[in-house]
Amino acid sequence: MADIIGGIIEAFQLIITGDPDIQGIVFRSLFFSGTAVILAILWGTPLALLIAMKEFRGKTVIKTFLNAMIALPTVVLGLILFLIFSRGGPLGNLGLLYTPAAIILGQAILITPVLVSIGVASIESVDPEIMNLSKTLGASESQSQIAVLKEAANGIILSDIASFNRAIGELGVVLLVGGNIAGVGNRTDVLTTSISRSVQIGEIGSAIALGVILIVIVFAINIIVVIMRRANYLVELAKGPFARFKRSNKEDNE
Amino acid sequence: MFAAELKDVTKAYGNKTVVNSVNLQIHEGEILALLGPNGSGKSTILKMLAFIEDPTSGEVIFHGERVNYKKTEEVRLESTLVFQKTTVFSTSVKNNIAYGLKIRKMPKVERDIAVKEALKLVRLEGFEKRNARKLSGGEQQRVAIARALVLKTRLLLLDEPTANLDPKNAGIVEEVIERVNRERKVTIIMATHNMFQAKTLPHRIALMDEGEITEVGKPADVFGKLSKNLASFAAVENTFNGQSKITPDETSLVDIGNGVVVEVSDQKQGETVIYINAQDIILCDSPIKSSARNEFKGKIIEITDSDSIVKLKVDVGRVFAVQITKKSFKEMKLNLGSQVYIAFKASSVNVF
Repeated sequence: MADIIGGIIEAFQLIITGDPDIQGIVFRSLFFSGTAVILAILWGTPLALLIAMKEFRGKTVIKTFLNAMIALPTVVLGLILFLIFSRGGPLGNLGLLYTPAAIILGQAILITPVLVSIGVASIESVDPEIMNLSKTLGASESQSQIAVLKEAANGIILSDIASFNRAIGELGVVLLVGGNIAGVGNRTDVLTTSISRSVQIGEIGSAIALGVILIVIVFAINIIVVIMRRANYLVELAKGPFARFKRSNKEDNE
Repeated sequence: MFAAELKDVTKAYGNKTVVNSVNLQIHEGEILALLGPNGSGKSTILKMLAFIEDPTSGEVIFHGERVNYKKTEEVRLESTLVFQKTTVFSTSVKNNIAYGLKIRKMPKVERDIAVKEALKLVRLEGFEKRNARKLSGGEQQRVAIARALVLKTRLLLLDEPTANLDPKNAGIVEEVIERVNRERKVTIIMATHNMFQAKTLPHRIALMDEGEITEVGKPADVFGKLSKNLASFAAVENTFNGQSKITPDETSLVDIGNGVVVEVSDQKQGETVIYINAQDIILCDSPIKSSARNEFKGKIIEITDSDSIVKLKVDVGRVFAVQITKKSFKEMKLNLGSQVYIAFKASSVNVF
């Protein structure tokens, strides 16, 4: 019991003093997971659009597969990716194993099923007439797809947040392909792997501090989302990038 | 030159033909009504003229040019369709109406003015910032119409523009249709199964039945002739054909079968078609003393909920469609099978 109380006291000392080592770990966690989400959005959103809006053979199979993939234990995916990235594996010559790139790639692959599944569900829940409606108002094929995406904005943002939560909180992939390398150079230790190591070497204070930070990050993001959603900021935010893109496009005088 | 022309146009989904060898010329600046029962192919013709559905065979000529349905992006800018089922983007009224203008790259200042004008036309001034999804069904439909009107397309297509609206909203919409046609000379094609609307609003009517156009002409001619097609069209709600006899009171009694005899204020002898607007029928749970010349006892056989109104089918020997507000529906505690009375004035009956 004394260990735990001592650990909690130490944890708060570490957090309050802004321990540079812990700051680095937090930064890496946010950076790796954030980048992984952006990567997954880049390939996952078009994929979700395709699955939701086009009729093709094997569509149900793909949807079922994606749903099943959500439940895939992260450590199993970590093992598969380890085998692929390891020196004797198919992508061994890229030298990715135990690098930040491997973590980002691994997390992006891990969260793709979540991102695509929720994305597909939210696009499918959009009134099917929206596509035709935008066309009757003069939209091209791609403009009408953007109209559908805008209608699905809430669900798509939810899928991005859920993906980020899964990425930042998972251990299997980052441990197996990242290697949890601390010290100097290309460090790959993140919040989850550092908690695991701290516990193993008896640094309960560090483990608790990192655990508290991880929970605070995840909760904070979710609370912000709830508040913004209530204020309906999200929808406007989601339209922001399109609006900004259009502003940079000289043809529009907005 | 015609505003648009359909030449031997057929549309089939799989092996189901919904539009069958239709030939139709749409004159510049006219209001043409496609009149026919549900499933007669009206909406499909509108979708082909909005260039969002392609014909299976035949060709569509738009302002003298044959439409290439593989490349419709440009021609779509010249024609717009307001759907029967109101659909709005989940954003503000202003963004809804500005959508097509943004696509047409209209500068913001002009766009804002255009949105304001369009809102004024449908009598929704000051609604710019409201969330379109939170408006009533009637207001949403008016937003949809403003969103189409603001584009000033050469062709305006309206699919049952007043079908789900209460009388007030329906009146506003009809007024707008008439006004933009008169003032801007917009060519308008509207699908309707409302004979009364078809009689008053359009310059010409095309009668449709099972994917085919059976008759085209001025409303007076089409209704005056009382063709077989029009009579067969009696499947449409509250439209009945029957034998009419003039009474000594200078009214007529129309026997529409199954023991139902309707008194009408017109004097007409012989075969006739009558139509009663669902909104003109009063529903009561007991017999009432009133000036209404027609009162029948019956049973509710169907209940359909739409927005603020409830549509009921009442079987009094013949089936009448009745429209009441949701509030009345709740207060009267109506159910399927409830015994009710319907009443309407002799002057509410339209005789064709």
